[in-house]
Amino acid sequence: MKGMTIIVKKTTQLIAGMIFLYGIYIILHGHLTPGGGFAGGIILAGSFILLILAYGSDFLILVRKESGSTIYENLGVLVFLFLALTGLLFGGRIFFANWLPHGTPGELISAGFLPLYNICVGIEVAASILSIFLALIIFKEEILK
Amino acid sequence: MELTISVIVGFMILGAIYAIHARDILSAVIAGGIVGYSLVICFLLIKAPDLAIVQIVVETITLIIMIAVVLDSSRTEAYGRFDGQAYATAGAALVILLILFWLFRHASASLDHFGEGTLRMSDAYINGAVEKTGSVNLVTGVIFDFRGYDTLGEATVLVTAVLGVLTILRIRGRK
Repeated sequence: MKGMTIIVKKTTQLIAGMIFLYGIYIILHGHLTPGGGFAGGIILAGSFILLILAYGSDFLILVRKESGSTIYENLGVLVFLFLALTGLLFGGRIFFANWLPHGTPGELISAGFLPLYNICVGIEVAASILSIFLALIIFKEEILK
Repeated sequence: MELTISVIVGFMILGAIYAIHARDILSAVIAGGIVGYSLVICFLLIKAPDLAIVQIVVETITLIIMIAVVLDSSRTEAYGRFDGQAYATAGAALVILLILFWLFRHASASLDHFGEGTLRMSDAYINGAVEKTGSVNLVTGVIFDFRGYDTLGEATVLVTAVLGVLTILRIRGRK
């Protein structure tokens, strides 16, 4: 896939970092404001997709990036499952027990496990969407070769 | 409020009909975007900002991927012949549509008025959810605490979808 013009590349350089930060904000404040793991994860993947569309695949070694994203995707789900399983050990033998202290409602560090679940789901969704996009691009490059 | 939502839903139906009948696939994809973005406005009107954020982000990413795919492949649609079998299929679809319409008409007569009253189960979620989960955002409290199994299932569905895509699209094996 070919890249776009210099105007698009420069604008992408300026904006992609801010989109990434906004995705992290949406994920971390999932238990306080609207948003959460799913929305923030797709915003994170969107910043990567923007970079790939603007710069083309000549600049990026896509296959290595794809194996990285599949690893993070599986890791996200496994950590999510592991955190849920800890409820069986410490939370009175209940799956998905929220046994961490809840803290003051409304603060950033509160609500026990919910921010951790949000982070896991955010990483997993971002890596999944990016994996599908990279698979489509790699498929086309392999066809053309 | 109901009038506004009805007008927006009318736009969605028009966009969907245009997307089916458009000769150019690119304009069909963009007309399909009308449906998604109108749904965002509907979610905002009935005060569901969580769903609105997810819907607008997913719609944008999907539209970008679809447009990139269409621009790289053909833009004209391949039309088939309209023979006897097609008439039979259309007739069966029409009959099923009428039966479904009749069933939904009966079911909606027994529901509450739009926007009033809650289900019995949601009362248990709403009352004292902040004390139970510690989360100020009720939606996060429900999907990660009360309905944790559902969220785990959704995450697993996404992983399975990626596995399927990689299995189908991989031409050469990885070393």
